[in-house]
Amino acid sequence: MTDDIKDALAKIYRRDDKVEPKKAFVTEKKPVIPIEEPKEEPIQKEPEKIFVKEEVKEERPHKEKKEEVFKKEPDKEPEVKIEATRQLKREKIEEPSPKIKAPSKFTVTSNPHIKDKSTVKSIMWMVVLALLPATLAGIYFFKTRAFIIILLSVVSALATEYIINKLSKRPFTLLDGSAAITGLLIALIISPSVPWWIPVLGSIFAISIGKLAFGGLGHNIFNPALAGRAFLVLSFPAIMTRWLLPDGITGATPLGILKEGGIQSVSYLDMLLGNIGGTIGETSAIALLIGAAYLLYKKVIDWKIPSFYIGSTAIIALIFGQDPIFHILSGGLLIGAFFMATDYVTTPITKTGRIIFGVGCGFLTILIRLWGGYPEGVMFAILLMNTVTPLIDRWTKPLQFGGKK
Amino acid sequence: MKGFIGGIHPKYNKLTSKSKIEVAPSSKLVILPLSQHIGAPCKPLVKVGDEVKVGQKIGESEGFVSAPIHSSICGIVKQISEKPHPVLGTCNSITIESNGKVDWDESIKPRDNPISLSVDELKNIIKEAGVVGMGGATFPTHVKLSPPKDKNIDCLILNGAECEPYLTCDHRLMIENCEEIVKGALILKKILDVKKIFIGVEENKENAILVLREKIEELNTDIKVIKLPTIYPGGAEKTLIYSITKRIVPAGGLPMDVGVVVQNVATAKAVHDAVYQGKPLIERVLTVTGAVNKRKNILVKIGTPLKDIIEHCGGYSGSVVKLISGGPMMGIAQYTDNIPILKGFSGILVQANIQIEAELDCIRCGKCLEVCPMTLVPTTIAQYSEKDMLEQAEDYFAADCIECGCCSYVCPSKIQLVQKIKTAKTQILAKRKQNAKK
Repeated sequence: MTDDIKDALAKIYRRDDKVEPKKAFVTEKKPVIPIEEPKEEPIQKEPEKIFVKEEVKEERPHKEKKEEVFKKEPDKEPEVKIEATRQLKREKIEEPSPKIKAPSKFTVTSNPHIKDKSTVKSIMWMVVLALLPATLAGIYFFKTRAFIIILLSVVSALATEYIINKLSKRPFTLLDGSAAITGLLIALIISPSVPWWIPVLGSIFAISIGKLAFGGLGHNIFNPALAGRAFLVLSFPAIMTRWLLPDGITGATPLGILKEGGIQSVSYLDMLLGNIGGTIGETSAIALLIGAAYLLYKKVIDWKIPSFYIGSTAIIALIFGQDPIFHILSGGLLIGAFFMATDYVTTPITKTGRIIFGVGCGFLTILIRLWGGYPEGVMFAILLMNTVTPLIDRWTKPLQFGGKK
Repeated sequence: MKGFIGGIHPKYNKLTSKSKIEVAPSSKLVILPLSQHIGAPCKPLVKVGDEVKVGQKIGESEGFVSAPIHSSICGIVKQISEKPHPVLGTCNSITIESNGKVDWDESIKPRDNPISLSVDELKNIIKEAGVVGMGGATFPTHVKLSPPKDKNIDCLILNGAECEPYLTCDHRLMIENCEEIVKGALILKKILDVKKIFIGVEENKENAILVLREKIEELNTDIKVIKLPTIYPGGAEKTLIYSITKRIVPAGGLPMDVGVVVQNVATAKAVHDAVYQGKPLIERVLTVTGAVNKRKNILVKIGTPLKDIIEHCGGYSGSVVKLISGGPMMGIAQYTDNIPILKGFSGILVQANIQIEAELDCIRCGKCLEVCPMTLVPTTIAQYSEKDMLEQAEDYFAADCIECGCCSYVCPSKIQLVQKIKTAKTQILAKRKQNAKK
């Protein structure tokens, strides 16, 4: 039994043997007690254009003052002031400092005063990490062509965002990773046989029109990468429908063969590993599933959309006498279900809404694949469902706790 | 066992959960605001220059929903003027300077068999003692114990959950003053005439659960101690009632609508002190934690200036940014430390070396919906509130927000969702009140 319980029980039963009270859980040697807050370092650099809205009533002590104090008296014993945080940290004062005056200003914000450490940046870079297996698989199967396309795509996406932000005097947002994701995704959903200017054009369109024209991150209606690909497919249909097999020979994709009514010559294993024709990122199902598993584990994406999307595709395929596993592993379904249909901005926020979105995407994908003009339906299915996302959100507004209809 | 949807698991940092309750040294000065509770502020009964004794009533409650104020030290009234107030900004307060003596008011006498008193007499004692909800809401207890006749109360729940991070005052109170809590619960049981009594305690306070169960067995009562899962905001009224009894409090309603009365364990102890010892509410336990040199749970006299308490805890440590009264999730950040301790102060949290992060645009990740215990859509309400579209915000149930802070906690864009929702909520409720008057 712990001492606490002994103490309390001793009181109850009035025993006379004294129980030593446990000391308070505090060490008196550390005056600077690190609080588990998002960033403990004093502000090093603030990006120029990001401004704090009016929540902060009082200002923190100025940074310039701190630096000056330190530079002027490097040899003296540092005066124990509140301003001298850096000095306290460097000198590692061992005793408690009773001379710390009460701070003259306190910051006032609304509650809560602690926040989770995840940020937009951390989420976006986790998605980039999750796309790496598929990227590496694409480069492995399609060699240098794939590498160049990926590089051009990412660089043009970042450059477009930088230039447009600069011209329209918006804050610098390259570090939040969303432009990098768009660039990478565009590269992964186009054929490796395209000329160099296709990914560049696609990225420029995706970032400028697909994302920034609507207002930037959080305001776009369509998935930017899919908007870019739709632009390319509709403007350059012949180039965009020329496919390569992994050994470099031009060939058809499994879905292309299905549309033509031909005989499939690929096995499930080929489709899982990526030994088939297709876009750079969609061929290797295993690589995509590894990335998806990472995102699901880290709770970056919601499991509802991919599972309902893939599930409804399989069920509807079965109803129409198709092979469900073939449909799951072929085309851009896996990359679409896990990385595009789970995009935060363009998909519903409510739980029921996400289920409806997933089912709708699945239904449209099979419709286009079996009876539409294109062999692949994922891109248009997701873009069409993006248009009804606000409506789905409004229809699936949840009732409050204890509310009556 | 949790039952309710949503909630978060912040880092609990219960740094003082093993620190025994210390008695703070008596201070030379107390400042007693005349509004320390929900309801009408008190009217002062003394004037400048009067001599007051410990426990003497110095503020008379006006109206039904109100509670009197008592002096917590023996001394002379120095001032009756506007002073800084932790919640209201400023408030008319009585300042009393100590004369070094500890004379108790003559009306304070212990009673030896209070259970034999009638329900009305007990309620009057609680009212005269100025007991209010000590969990932070400060709702006058005698009002809560007098529900309208058509509400059939059959269940009493004592809230020992203490779901806020950093706070440990209720935890220590349950371990060290469990007898008073259980006896207070029995008095409440008599007043409300209920058969079912539960004490909800979170899993991370195993020793408190053990001690309470031992005491209950010893006193041979049928109170049940329920072990709740550790989740924030498991101690909020509506989620607590749902977790323990599976009853859903209707939106816009109160616990009494489902036949339940909830009281904090510290309130139960205050009821015990008032009834058994005749003592009015003049002191409370709170947790001083965060960036102070010595973190502790201390028993302070109501009205003690905050500065004295921080000094007693060794002073500030580090570059202080925020001073919060209460816990980090629902506490109020203070603009000055020149404030007195009130009846509803459950903790003082000093935050140092933190950064206030800039707000970005909503990225529609949906995390705020996943964690909201009231199943609202915080981001949409916040966006409507920013654009002053109050009807649409009301349509999304802004008035049902319990301001727990879960949504702002998880938001990756660091949007101050609670602030925006509160803006809309206060305007909507004010409008409803206006319409109701017409």
